[in-house]
Amino acid sequence: MKRNTPLIFAFIVGMLVILAEFIPHRPFGELTSTLENWFMIISGFAILLGQISLIRVNSHIIYHKESNWQYHLAGMISFFLMLIFGILWGMQESIGLLGHGERISQAIGMKPFDYLFEYAYMPLSSTVFSLLAFFIASAAYRAFIIRGFESNLLMITAVIVIIGRSSFGSMLTASLPEAYRFWHIPRLADFLMEYPNTAAQRAILISAGLGIVGSSLRIILGIERSYLGGDK
Amino acid sequence: MKRLLIFGLLSLFLLPLGAQTINVTDVPWDDGKALDFHWDFPKQPDSLWLCLQDAQANNTRIEIPLSKAGTQRIGELSPGETYSFLLKAYWGDERERFAAIASPKAAWFYLHKWLFLLLLLVICGAILGYIFAAKQGKDFFIRRINGLDSMEEAIGRATEKGKPILYVPGIGDLDDIETIASLTILSHLAQRCAEYNTDLIVPCRFSMVLSASREVVREAYQKAGRLDAYKQENIFYLTDDQFGYVAGIDGIMLREEPAANFFLGSFYAESLILAETGFSTGAIQTAGTAQAHQLPFFVVSCDYTLIGEDLFAASAYLSRDPQQLGSLKGHDFGKLLVILLILIGVILEIAGITWLKDLITGALA
Repeated sequence: MKRNTPLIFAFIVGMLVILAEFIPHRPFGELTSTLENWFMIISGFAILLGQISLIRVNSHIIYHKESNWQYHLAGMISFFLMLIFGILWGMQESIGLLGHGERISQAIGMKPFDYLFEYAYMPLSSTVFSLLAFFIASAAYRAFIIRGFESNLLMITAVIVIIGRSSFGSMLTASLPEAYRFWHIPRLADFLMEYPNTAAQRAILISAGLGIVGSSLRIILGIERSYLGGDK
Repeated sequence: MKRLLIFGLLSLFLLPLGAQTINVTDVPWDDGKALDFHWDFPKQPDSLWLCLQDAQANNTRIEIPLSKAGTQRIGELSPGETYSFLLKAYWGDERERFAAIASPKAAWFYLHKWLFLLLLLVICGAILGYIFAAKQGKDFFIRRINGLDSMEEAIGRATEKGKPILYVPGIGDLDDIETIASLTILSHLAQRCAEYNTDLIVPCRFSMVLSASREVVREAYQKAGRLDAYKQENIFYLTDDQFGYVAGIDGIMLREEPAANFFLGSFYAESLILAETGFSTGAIQTAGTAQAHQLPFFVVSCDYTLIGEDLFAASAYLSRDPQQLGSLKGHDFGKLLVILLILIGVILEIAGITWLKDLITGALA
């Protein structure tokens, strides 16, 4: 029963969503958005589970002073600081238990929660994102090392695209006569991005789409059950 | 209501005058949110002014092209609601008013999607056919997927080194099919980890994924008969924030130095940050996603990559269940069908015949 109930739900809901894709009439028309709303409601309740897990794991590490416990303490302080500021004075337009905190807002320019979000959270988030630039450089370096035919091809293609996307590329082949315009590096780069690159990406998307159809069908029919934790 | 009544009476009075001139029809085979407004004057007007009034007597002016005749599709309407139209046409000092009432109706089928439905039925039929054939004992050849075969190698290495395995189920929530596919792989991996007594760390971005992951891993340990080795605290929630989640996982990789990292699921801008950090720690890395833009990053930084469809085939491949393997053959049939359609479409387009393209894009409905 514990295993069959979710399977029956998966089958009914899966079939209804497929039908809703082709039937615009009520009640099918709004069915997908209704189900999405239900998911949001369940997710809302599940947030609590996440917070409990977060507090439990971190407090265990801090209490037992396991290695690097200081980082976990910093994480917990940040978590509770944001939580308390949000509850006491709210965020943006919303009101907190102690009102809008006009005095503090006047002193620091905005609500404490918004202040931390703007001047602590946002820079930290941007910092992690900016790491991407350095990682792209190191990954590209490894990818372009010539080891065989494929990596050679990859390197040549990448160089054309990189140069073609810069003003240096336009300058390099600017003097080419009109009859050889195709060999103008920015045009070559556009060609590579528009045709071979798009073709490969679409091939992946089509096969992934078919994989989704097969995977969904296995789940709807109850053949695939491992996402529930087991086969039997 | 009173205004609507006046509007209706006015239209009754004016309809005979404008019966040949304006006409409002329901858009057929749609979701009942659109009407087509047609007009046809004997001569070109100097100015046209169209007003739409809904059942609550709210008036909206609608821009229509200034022409002798034409059709304007009016969308974002409510199905079943009555709408009144008032058109004023000007020819110099001369002015005429035309009115009409119409109600959009939701159809019972999107006709423009019939080919889509047919293709879906054919592909699903093929998948089911292969599943039944497999059930009857037919043996299918399935190509090797190196990324999945490497799972044993990764677990073996982690066991030898006494290091944990890190499993990242992507940044999608439980409503993402890639996350579901990832959880099915997690189930198989957790079972192998339980058998080898290797720690498995699963940081989650969403609470729903957390509870599903815990259930999946717990059941896998139970199946392996090692429920005592199951550590709930190893499957934990990090944060909903995308880069906070990445920073947390990077920290785990640098501190715990897992022997193997699995990044399977839905990944976006964080894919390379994760994969490169994992690469720097020297772990065996296996990644898989259906996000085509992130695949190059994984290919460069990981030892094995599951490309698109491989991620969804993984559970069937790992389980070796004949029924599930049969469904993979159904995917291949689908691919063959798509390839044939593309080839025929390209040939027809080159020949200047657009019939197939129009049919597929729903233009012929």
